[in-house]
Amino acid sequence: MKEPIIQFKNFSFKYESQVEHTLEKINLSIYEGEKIVIVGPSGSGKSTLAHCLNGLVPFSYRGEVEGSLTIKGHDTSTLDIFTISKMVGTVLQDPDGQFIGLSVAEDIAFALENEAIPQEEMVRQVTDVSKLVDLENKIQSSIHELSGGQKQRVSLAGVIVEEVDILLFDEPLANLDPATGKHAMALIDQIQKETKTTVVIIEHRLEDVLSQDVDRIIVVDEGRIVSDMSPNELLASDILESCHLREPLYVKALKYAGCNVTPDMHPESIESLAIEQCRDKLSEWYESTDSVKQEKKNSPILELRDINFEYHKGIKTLQNVTLTIHQGEMVSIVGRNGAGKSTLSKIIGGFEKIKSGSIFYKGEDITEDTIFERSNRIGIVMQNPNHMVSKHMIYDEVALGLVMRGVPEEEIKKRVEETLKVCGLYAFRNWPISALSFGQKKRVTIASILVLQPEVLILDEPTAGQDLRHYTEIMEFLTQLNSQGVTILMITHDMHLMLEYTPRAIAIDDGRVIADHSAAHILTNISIVEMTNLKVTSLFELAQKAGMDQPIEFVTRFIEYDKEARLTWRKNY
Amino acid sequence: MKNLSIRTIVAIGIGAAVFLILAKFVAIPTGIPNTTVQTAYAFLALMAVVFGPIAGALIGFIGHTLNDALSYGSVWWSWVFVSLFVGLFVGLLGKRINVENGEFGTKQIISFNLVQAVVQAIGWFVLAPLLDILIYAEPANKVFVQGLFAGISNIITVGIIGTILLVAYAKTRTKSNSLTKE
Amino acid sequence: MAQELLSYIERKSPVHSLSGATKLIIFILYSTAAMLTYDTRVLLALLVISIVIFVMSKIRIREIGFILVFILAFLLLNNIAIYIFSPQEGVKIYGSSHVLFELAGRYNITWEQLFYQFNITLKYFVVIPAALLFVVTTHPSEFAASLNKIGVNYKIAYSVSLALRYIPDIQRDFKTIAKAQQARGIDISKNQKLWKRIKNISSIILPLIFSTLDRIEVISNAMELRRFGKKKKRTWYKEKPFRKADYIVLISGLFILVVSLLITFYDGSRFYNPF
Repeated sequence: MKEPIIQFKNFSFKYESQVEHTLEKINLSIYEGEKIVIVGPSGSGKSTLAHCLNGLVPFSYRGEVEGSLTIKGHDTSTLDIFTISKMVGTVLQDPDGQFIGLSVAEDIAFALENEAIPQEEMVRQVTDVSKLVDLENKIQSSIHELSGGQKQRVSLAGVIVEEVDILLFDEPLANLDPATGKHAMALIDQIQKETKTTVVIIEHRLEDVLSQDVDRIIVVDEGRIVSDMSPNELLASDILESCHLREPLYVKALKYAGCNVTPDMHPESIESLAIEQCRDKLSEWYESTDSVKQEKKNSPILELRDINFEYHKGIKTLQNVTLTIHQGEMVSIVGRNGAGKSTLSKIIGGFEKIKSGSIFYKGEDITEDTIFERSNRIGIVMQNPNHMVSKHMIYDEVALGLVMRGVPEEEIKKRVEETLKVCGLYAFRNWPISALSFGQKKRVTIASILVLQPEVLILDEPTAGQDLRHYTEIMEFLTQLNSQGVTILMITHDMHLMLEYTPRAIAIDDGRVIADHSAAHILTNISIVEMTNLKVTSLFELAQKAGMDQPIEFVTRFIEYDKEARLTWRKNY
Repeated sequence: MKNLSIRTIVAIGIGAAVFLILAKFVAIPTGIPNTTVQTAYAFLALMAVVFGPIAGALIGFIGHTLNDALSYGSVWWSWVFVSLFVGLFVGLLGKRINVENGEFGTKQIISFNLVQAVVQAIGWFVLAPLLDILIYAEPANKVFVQGLFAGISNIITVGIIGTILLVAYAKTRTKSNSLTKE
Repeated sequence: MAQELLSYIERKSPVHSLSGATKLIIFILYSTAAMLTYDTRVLLALLVISIVIFVMSKIRIREIGFILVFILAFLLLNNIAIYIFSPQEGVKIYGSSHVLFELAGRYNITWEQLFYQFNITLKYFVVIPAALLFVVTTHPSEFAASLNKIGVNYKIAYSVSLALRYIPDIQRDFKTIAKAQQARGIDISKNQKLWKRIKNISSIILPLIFSTLDRIEVISNAMELRRFGKKKKRTWYKEKPFRKADYIVLISGLFILVVSLLITFYDGSRFYNPF
């Protein structure tokens, strides 16, 4: 029997500032050369588990440890963080924080510099590893010249530039669009094969992780290990659903259709899936569901006409953008990093001045209006709530915009309380914002904009980094607002969000609108999917594999059905 | 110096960058040449109290030097030195104000403001002009008047904005386990 | 980043190819010399050297034009201020008064005052090219290594590198925050009264500070996990080793400092008195 390279024995951990244990009696063995995925909802303890592995717990985050953790046969309580980090290399979630060097080469060399490796040796090693991650042409670039995927490859290179036994990835897909995520997983796989390391991946986007083979998936919930099995076994079980984790969509579809998913069907990927015995059930289910009729909206609220914009002379960020948004619509704007999506929202909000073109709000030309004037009609919610929060208490934060407008106190109180109720924050109105979760904070920032009663709401990546439960919460909340008449525009590269919530999607590439259609059509159109760095949804592939005549219609019906199902699921939660 | 923690080193680096951005973009002109309401010093005071005297001194020194060098292509050393001095002594004397446990009430506000006012008064009213005369041989009455205005505006700025920042910071340090939904 | 801050300008020139440490030492020696002396002859000589080095660096004036405008405006204001506050400073220093013409009261124009202010301005013209050149010809990557080489503790040297790395990020954050808050009605423009502006500004600084504190946490962890601070020493990927040219430049720099100080203090005063 092989020796485990990592072994948790009755391991418990409690943060100094908390009352409850974050990890409770963890028993887990990981063997040399394995590739393990750890999944779990937010707050399940999966990040703490990662911090225990790389030594940040207990060296940076203090607390009480019980039981033991051994890495390569050494009890970690006898080691310091420097020794642990020699064995376990960590790629952190936030590439902007991990990238500390002024250029790619320096960042890769960082660990070598700290070991006082002579310069010549360093240059050689950096060159080698930059070839391995396919960055040898970018070695002199600064972080600002790199895409999200490239930044992550730098982080990875900075870790594998030294020999480590274990590679730990903390939510490697969190900041990547679907296509880049897929490349990242392939690269991790390749690196593992070339360097023969053990790989541990913490992630909650399971379908994306499974684009490459993994040996085992560990499910963590409420500080305990809920299951530890192969992907095929896990996907055949109902553990993911009971832990509020998102199953791969094709698996979900099979289950809805009443198929008995078994491990020997190889559900771990759509390619390996044996679908024969499910064909009939799938088409039966398809016939039994109704097609969805989208009512056409036709009362323009926001019109962009021939917009051109550039940050730097000669480099066009937006080119001849023309589009119309109708009252009561919910639209997603998609495109790869740097395609111009965020710029578009800044233009609409008046944060940046356009070079030519015009913007109309309900037929009125608002091109020359200031940020402030526009903010009464169009509200913009930033991606990072920390960029907006400036008050200590929730009530004050939400009231801020009204106070600044000189609204009488009575009225402020009324409007703030109403808004807080709508946002499900009324019970917390006297809480400090710092006590809230990320998702709740996000809602506070939405509330602080909503209170100004804009008719159009633009959100930048509203669900980035949220697990399924918080994701559903935020999106249901937005849907509710939408049904009350607020027009909603979302910038996103979350394919689920597009499919499930926005009947219409606008794809942007290179500053131009390249498609304006239903989300299901966009996510099944290979050329648009490629240009926007998205992926063809696995539902479409499933429908094709099952030989459906109308795969796009299949996708649409699944989404409708799933939304209903998840609504009941949330109510029961 | 050798035992500086990584967190302090990072605080110095990032703090210096923020100091520069604030000094460059968030300065309100008062109408006297070379004298603006410098929000950067309110930030400096906060960092000095939170991260200690060495961090304070170096954030002031590095932030001010970089700002001078990158914005004006030359460094006005006499005032850079005052930034270092303010960061150092607000950090030293502010150590007793324990913001980390979330307490920043009237008593702390008064002692913080006493500290910052005294330190800045020495820095701007005395040190800056003396160094200006010594290094740049500028006329005494000019530099004393400049120092006076810079000092007064900075003491007021730190008094208002610095206090707001510290109060806000201290609030985030309060334990939040006593909260209930209403 | 927009052209608001000076930054490195890539070029092939003898000045660029010097080690950053050499340039840093020269910059310090040169600034010291220029700061201590008021001797017009020394200043003029230094100015000539400055201009020669500037030409050698192949940096063009228009590349740094936006900074020069700033500097000239500042010098003009400073000169006016000096005259308003102390129109007789020159007379005091040089001990004589050659009146050119009278204005009102003590506000006359003397040769001494003109000469004194000429010297002050000259001093700036001597120092500015040195500082400017140091900034635009030294790659930021090399900066920390250079500081470490001249004896600054490597941890502190690295914090300078961190500052340079994160200035653009923080500037971008700041702009985002400012715009987002303006959309909520927080006005920090001139339309507001000073007091109100100061208060509104804290609504913009606070989110910046809290995201900064978060950032410090993330970066500290990233550095710790890659063992920053483990050893007493550290090597630098971008360090440029000293070559013959560096030694020659250093020795000449030292020579210039000594000579200029000797000339300056030879007659016991920092000022050269032609009167």
